Order: sequence, then structure tokens, then C-alpha cells
Amino acid sequence: MSADTTDRQPVLDIRGLCVDYGYGDAATHAVIEADLTLHRGEVVGLAGESGSGKSTIAYGATRLLRQPGVVTDGIVRFTPDAGKPDETIDILEASPQQLRAIRWSDIALVFQAAMNSLNPVMSVQAQLIDTLAAHGRGASRRERIDRAGELLELVGISQDRLKSFPHELSGGMKQRVMIALALALEPQVVIMDEPTTALDVVTQRQIMEQIMGLRDRLGFSVLFITHDLSLLLEMADTIAIMYAGRIVETAPARQLFHAPRHPYTAALLDSFPSLHGERTVMTGIPGSPPDMRKPPAGCAFADRCKFALDRCTADQPVLSSPAIKADGRRQVACWLHEENELPEPLAAPEPAVQAAGAAPEGGSK
Amino acid sequence: MTDANPETQAVPVVNRPRGEVVLEAKGLTKHFKVRSKPQRGQRRTRGIVHACEDVNLTLEAGRVTAVVGESGSGKTTVSRMLAQLTKPTSGTITLEGKPAKGYGLRAYRHKVQMVFQDPFASLNPVHSVRYHLARPLKLHKRAGAGKEALAQAVEALLTRVKLAPTNQYIDKLPHELSGGQRQRVAIARALAAGPTVLLADEPISMLDVSIRLGILNLLGELRDNEKLAMLYVTHDIASARYFADTMTVMYAGRVVESGPSLDVTDNPQHPYTRLLLDAAPDPERETPATMQARGSAPSLIDPPSGCRFHPRCPLALPICSEQQPPDISVGEGHVAACWLRHDDYKNTTTTATAGDSPA
Repeated sequence: MSADTTDRQPVLDIRGLCVDYGYGDAATHAVIEADLTLHRGEVVGLAGESGSGKSTIAYGATRLLRQPGVVTDGIVRFTPDAGKPDETIDILEASPQQLRAIRWSDIALVFQAAMNSLNPVMSVQAQLIDTLAAHGRGASRRERIDRAGELLELVGISQDRLKSFPHELSGGMKQRVMIALALALEPQVVIMDEPTTALDVVTQRQIMEQIMGLRDRLGFSVLFITHDLSLLLEMADTIAIMYAGRIVETAPARQLFHAPRHPYTAALLDSFPSLHGERTVMTGIPGSPPDMRKPPAGCAFADRCKFALDRCTADQPVLSSPAIKADGRRQVACWLHEENELPEPLAAPEPAVQAAGAAPEGGSK
Repeated sequence: MTDANPETQAVPVVNRPRGEVVLEAKGLTKHFKVRSKPQRGQRRTRGIVHACEDVNLTLEAGRVTAVVGESGSGKTTVSRMLAQLTKPTSGTITLEGKPAKGYGLRAYRHKVQMVFQDPFASLNPVHSVRYHLARPLKLHKRAGAGKEALAQAVEALLTRVKLAPTNQYIDKLPHELSGGQRQRVAIARALAAGPTVLLADEPISMLDVSIRLGILNLLGELRDNEKLAMLYVTHDIASARYFADTMTVMYAGRVVESGPSLDVTDNPQHPYTRLLLDAAPDPERETPATMQARGSAPSLIDPPSGCRFHPRCPLALPICSEQQPPDISVGEGHVAACWLRHDDYKNTTTTATAGDSPA
């Protein structure tokens, strides 16, 4: 599935997005010049630690930021129809009417805490048909109720749960209801912000399988935000790694896993104990992320980086092609790639693109 | 270890051999009574949550025992009973050969300390690091007389949890520290009582991924250097494999499998352990995992008969729904409570299990 994403058209294209919290001199730069492209039918994973700005990107790009969050710069191009690239709009410039037309019907969100997103005093059915009615779907109440039942079946909950209230459902079921709600209007983009973090591993995998199956059937794109890189590596086509407000590396999932190019990515991969092989001592990453109120001058990762050069603490590296050439879709922001020789952990050879990992999904659209 | 001399604080004297049993729980059972408010036209219903049933567990000096399971499996109830925060319905806890009931609560806590999941909630926001550490030192009479000795003991604790230079942290308030630093303070606070047993309930699940291993490695050093006996409660089987010497897998209040960590994860003998391993994210997997079982954990008010996993088990036999499986030895120190491993049923299942035997 990762092999043919380049042929697809972008559906959501974020360029140079900057988000501040606060104003003027007191502003904290939470997201700095973020570029991210979501193609049709693609699953893009956005990974980073808490406070790295990964959720802020999603809320900034969809204009859902609350005060004192402000989008200070950037373009978010949304192309609603694959055949009509000239209908592209910039979400950041869109009028309230345009926004209202896009929101939920084209771009939907699934939040982390489903228990807080569902209305506790409304039945599942009422919440589903409310959404349908608000966007003018279904000719009658009867039709909307039928559609609500279909939606629940879609996410693997039986129709007789329609009359249930949120407190009568388990955590996994509530999260599924949220996914059903997000898919109610057949959106083209679904943004998922840590949708499975509060769930048990077995439930998490069941929901992930369901999301991926629905993606294959309905063809929507997913922007998947999580701190769990190991989960992303299994399901995402492309992964972007964030650190201290900046995207520091983007690459197809397999390539990122087998050949990380940024020291932070490499260290992050070394923070997940394996389920196989010898037990070896792993170090994690010493230190802690920088205080975003007082960002360091150069690369924000420099003081935790094993390979930091003098230059790293002075100049900010920019996203560019890594030293070891790939198929053009990899980018990394690290000065080490301008040196003659890369440190060994960052110099793994590029894995073959269409290897075993991509094969099972080859049949999907 | 019980010496109140401050010199022994910095580097605790340990003459305990690795592997000596420090804390032992036998037949630990907890039933919580629940009752609902009377509904219109209905009677008040009463029920019992069978949170934890007949759990045996030993904690050994210089070893980490992990308890792994999903939420609701009873793993936290076990750790709370071991800490005497929850009174067991039945079963015995023995600390250093003496029944836990024989100790006063303070004497018991002097030996058994807990590290909690959320360092944002377990530290008091209005008190400094110094206060958090000095108080248990005073209560357990772990520092010598005088302010000077107390300050030294606090600094020694901070050094032990690698918060150095200590003057950078000692007068900070919790909100001035990062999550990892806070958890280190929480660990130092537990160490302040001079315990021989540390019960860590999900100590890393609230922390950022990049600093989790740092905390586990710190706990590992305390295990190795100070021969602490440790309980590591977690839902993350990969971190239990990394950190723990032995592992106990719980499902719906019962232990389903236990043994040396690597034996359990590399050669799981209970279908539930297999399910947990299949469900865990694993980027090294070349083909997507196929989970043999689905569904979610049963209600513990009315738990399934026989093996509690049988309604979800892909390999369940008729006997599984009738009788609780006995503990069956499947390797050195490796025990699984599963009828499929029983001599009488082994042959009926060899064909069924052949397909999903571990690679």
C-alpha cells in the first residue's frame, strides 16, 4: 500500500504551518513550519512525545484551536474532490460557511477520550441521528435511524445497542461509537488523536484492524496521532516524527523502521523493548524535551543527541533529503547529513520498498 | 538495613542473597461487595466482584516479578493487597517469614513500599521535593538526629535515584519537574523508608516513551545493587519481558500462566498469554498478526464457570467450561493453568495447537 501513494493526489496538504500559544513576546511556538501531506486513502502517522505539538498540528490545520492558540502562518490546502483540483480551498482562509460545509462531512475527528466526547445524557442513537440531521442527511427520521444502525454495524456493534447510553458501553465500544460518528458523513479525511491510548492492547488491536478494514473499503485518509511509534510502524503508510514543535523526519513506515535517519528517530526506536530475541540493555533517551517557552537556539534535540556537532547548538537544521539517497519521499532535519560520514546507527542501507511488509495489502485499493 | 545511622543511607548495606524469598502471598483472594441503588419497581441488587482469586506470588530479593494483564484482570488489586492497602478476603501474606498480620502497619510499610502510576497525582503539589523525602525519613526514623543529618539523607536519596546535582532539585515543587523527574522523586520517597520490597504499579505508563526505559533501568539498578525485591505491575508485556525476571499473567482475577519472563513470552503455554502477545504492537512482524481470540474480559460479578477464559478461547474443550484448570508445570518454574496442557487432554489438542505454535 505504501508503494503507490506517490501517484495519488494529496487530499490535505499542510505547508509551513506555525501555531503559537499566547501573543506577542509571551507566545510559545508550539508548531514551527510544519509540512505534512495526506494523500487519498493514505494513513499518515504523526508521532512524538507529549508537548511536541502533534495534536496542535491537527487542531491548527482544522481551525479547532482554542484560545490562546493562534495559527500565525501557513497554508492548509484541502481538495474535496479527486477529479477537481481547482476546487481546492485553503482551510485557514475559508469563510465560516465554507468551514461548516467541510467540517465533519469532509474532515472528521476522533478524540482520545471517547468517554468525554460522547454526551452522557443522550443515547447513542440520538447522537448519531443528530449528526446526520445537522448535515441534512437522510430524508426522514426513520431513514436516519436506519443509517445510525448501519453505522454501528460498520464498527462491529450490534444494532440493539442504539438505545444505549454511553455509560452502558465499555471503553472500547465507546471508542467505536466515536469512530462510527466520525464516519457517519463519509468523510475523506479522518483525524485520529490517540484513539486507542486508553484501551487495552487486545481492544486496541481489534479497533485498529477495524479502522484499517474500513479505510480499505471506504477509501478515506487517516491522520493518526500517537506517541506509540511501534503501533504506527505496523499500520501507517508514512510516518512523520515530531520533536519540540518541528517535524524532524518523514519517511515511509518500513524505511523509517529499518533505516532511521534522524538521531531522535533512532533513539525513539530504541525505546521500545522488543518481544523477540536476546534481552539487551536499552537506554531510552537521556534528559527530557526542552521547555517550549524557552526553546534552544539550534536543533532542539542537540542536548540529548549522542552525535551533536558544534553547529547543532547554533543553527536550526531544515528538512531536506537525507545523505543516503532514497526515492525522494524521505526528509530529515539534521546537520549530520551534511557531514562526510554518518554515525553508524543512522547509516543503515535503505530497505527495498516493495518487500514482504507491503505485499499483504497489495490487493487493497 | 534497619540501622538508623545516616552513613548507611547513602549506600545501604545489603547482605541479602539474591533469590531469597522476601514476600510471599498464598491463596490471595479479594471479593468486593457491590450493590446497586434500588431502581423503580426493582429490588436492590447485591453482587460480589470476584476481583482476585487464589493468587500465589513470591517476591525474591534482587528479582523483579511482573504481573501482566488487561485492565480489570486484578493486577492492581494484588499489589494493593501486598501493600496492605486492601484487606484480602482470604489468603495469607508472609513477609520475611513472619505473617504480615504480625507486623504493625508502620513496621510493615517500613519494609514494603509502593510506587504509583501517576507521579502527577502521587506528589503533593504544595510541598517541595525536600518535604516529600524528609517526611518518610523522619516517620521511619531513617535519618540521624539533627537537621544536618536529615538534609544529608535527603541528598543521598536524590543521588540514588540519579537526580544530580541534588541542589538543582531539592527545593523544587512538583510542577517544576518533568514527569520522569517526578517519578524519580516518588521512587526516592519509597526508598526513604528503607524498604526491602518495592511494589511498582504501572510506574512508567504515564510517562513519555523516551524516558520510560530510564525509569525501568533505574529500578533495575536498585534491584541489582540493593537487592530489592520488586513487583512490577503492567499491561505492557514487552516492557515486562525487558525488565522482569519472572512474569505472572493474570486474566479476570486469576493467574493463568507464570514463569521466567523469557520462557513465558517466547514460549507461551496459555492461549490468553498468546493473545496478549499477538495483540501487542510489534514492528518486527512481517505479516499482520492474526488474533486467535476476540471479545473482551468477562464480568467479574458473574465470572464464567471453569476456566474464566473459555468463552473467548479458540481452543476451548468441553471440560474448560466445567472445571477450573489446575496449575500444570510446563517447564522449569513455568506453570500454566490450562486444560490443554493436562496429560489427559494433551493428545486431543496437538492438532489444534500445531498451527499456532510459536515461531
